[in-house]
Amino acid sequence: MDRTFFQKIWDDHTVADLGDGAFLIHIDRNFLHEVSGAVSLKNLDAEGRSVRCPELTFATLDHVLETVPGRGMTTRMPGGNDFLREFSERVGPHGIRYFDLDDPRQGIVHVIAPELGAALPGMTFICGDSHTCTVGGVGAFAWGVGSSDSEHALATQTVVATKPKTLRVNFTGTLPEGVFAKDMILALIGKYTANGGTGYAIEYAGEAVASLSMDGRLTLCNMAVEFGGRTGMVAPDDITFEYLKGREFSPTGDEWDRAVEYWRSLRSDPDAKYDAEYELDCSTLTPQVTWGTSPEHVVGIAETVPDPAGSSDAVMRSSRERAASYAELSGGQQVAGLPIEGAFIGSCTNSRIDDLRAAAEVLRGRKVAPGVTAICVPGSTATKLLAEAEGLDKVFIEAGFEWRESGCSLCMSGATGGESFPKNARVIASTNRNFEDRQGPNVRSHLASPVTVAASAIAGHIMDHRQLVPLEAAQ
Amino acid sequence: MEPFVSVAGPAAAIMRNNIDTDQITPGHTGMKVQKSGFGDGLFFNWRYLEDGSNNPDFILNQPPFTEAKFLLAGPNFGCGSSREFAVWALRDFGVRAVIAASFGAIFTSNCFMNGVAPIILDETEVNAITAEISPASPEITVDMAAQNVISPSGRIFPFQLPALQRERLLEGLDAIDFTLRREPDIKSFQVADGARRPWVYKITSSREIVA
Repeated sequence: MDRTFFQKIWDDHTVADLGDGAFLIHIDRNFLHEVSGAVSLKNLDAEGRSVRCPELTFATLDHVLETVPGRGMTTRMPGGNDFLREFSERVGPHGIRYFDLDDPRQGIVHVIAPELGAALPGMTFICGDSHTCTVGGVGAFAWGVGSSDSEHALATQTVVATKPKTLRVNFTGTLPEGVFAKDMILALIGKYTANGGTGYAIEYAGEAVASLSMDGRLTLCNMAVEFGGRTGMVAPDDITFEYLKGREFSPTGDEWDRAVEYWRSLRSDPDAKYDAEYELDCSTLTPQVTWGTSPEHVVGIAETVPDPAGSSDAVMRSSRERAASYAELSGGQQVAGLPIEGAFIGSCTNSRIDDLRAAAEVLRGRKVAPGVTAICVPGSTATKLLAEAEGLDKVFIEAGFEWRESGCSLCMSGATGGESFPKNARVIASTNRNFEDRQGPNVRSHLASPVTVAASAIAGHIMDHRQLVPLEAAQ
Repeated sequence: MEPFVSVAGPAAAIMRNNIDTDQITPGHTGMKVQKSGFGDGLFFNWRYLEDGSNNPDFILNQPPFTEAKFLLAGPNFGCGSSREFAVWALRDFGVRAVIAASFGAIFTSNCFMNGVAPIILDETEVNAITAEISPASPEITVDMAAQNVISPSGRIFPFQLPALQRERLLEGLDAIDFTLRREPDIKSFQVADGARRPWVYKITSSREIVA
């Protein structure tokens, strides 16, 4: 019988069928960070259990670690130092590979895992963070878990999982110039709502996906969780193999060839059936920007905020009214032109080298508008070093951006009382969550691609980067 | 884990969709390296005013819902961050089940790990139960054995949970102990898989080779 790409991975990792849709699934890679990982390890230790397969377990610091230059093993997040201390003290005795503060391999787990070849096609990959689905970009089945599931995997190298249904999203047409993977996923969530993917393992396919770089695919998969999906994934192809070859933990020699042969088999068979199929035409897509407090509150940059009262469903109407009130916006208002006080390029969604290069192209020779606090946080120390080798740091700094050390920064820390924008600020960010208070108390976050963020930082208001006046013309 | 057989108690309705785990437990309310002690932080930003006093407009501050054992909510409850603190806060507050049309996937798994039942009913059913709830008749019953929600007026709404998860809730079973019984299966899986996909298990760092 013809099987989907996802079904093949699922079958290859089933240790036991526990009945009624529940399975015991083998975990190939369990990645830990200092927040959920500290709780998992502390509880594991308290129960007197050991890590069953330390060689399949990786650890780093990203969530509460400061990103300011000269940072150390302390954080301003209330209670955060306990996470840093407990985690760093507990990882070592279990023999887990650990990329700490000063290791060039440190970074946001979902950025470093593909970068290091620690996540490979066909693998099951978990981490105690919802954006673990990012790693589906290399063709892994990757999903976020809580501390208890992570602890379960430490003790047993398995998790109990309910088998998701399968959804294929066909991104048809060619992506127009100046429109990015971030715009694709935001538009998809806008079209089908934030729970459009609930219950599904999502496979992204179609012309626009096939031509995306690995960094773009990782962005696309990153927000599968914002779509309600268990995971998002792209079947591995030559772009995948080219990206992974020679990475630190990728297989080498004969083993590489053998792996690639297996990876090539991980494609949906021609007559494989999905439980659902969605479609999005990319050929007419424009840069997307969110207006409210859910990623589904999104419009094309030339469009206006929809009238919340226009929702037929009562729960959705009251939710949208609350979102508009929080954002201090009303139906019919233009999104482009809204003045901003902050701009952030970073997070597991958009902090990779492609993102930094694209944003730098906009920033080169331009200046951030007065009154805008602009911050760039590369997703990994390796990405930061690569960007610096290319001189991108100078472009950001000369434009007026802060250039920081790698970590989750304002995407996570703002919600925990750590690094954050000032109270009530309106900001634009390349992150994944515009939830209430996500980037600081009462901060209004607008999500967009790094290029839209860069252009908006220059303009001082939300701006369509395609309308930037070319530098030659401006002079 | 506390077994969940049949529980009756007040049900508080928060009928918004996409209630994310950041709102259930705002991070600044004190994340701690432990699995309990989070009840006071539940819905912190909605539950308390800026001066720290209770927000009288929020349902969990209105008796008898201060003793809520159940939440009724709009679709996609528990979306967002994987933070298990959200479930620990619900559990520590006393919530035994959340009833909604859909849930975030990670939140669902976290619920099962901690003896909190994520119960899926159709939106119309959730609305029907909500319409019956009042301070004078706040109580519903969740019968895990029969898989029914019973509304204040006695209407019965059947639900379904996976057999394994229901068994765990009924008996309060620890998941790791349960899986460790399958150690021989895990071992034989790894032996067979290691022959087929050796690169998964024999991990060598190219950096370590150079060094």
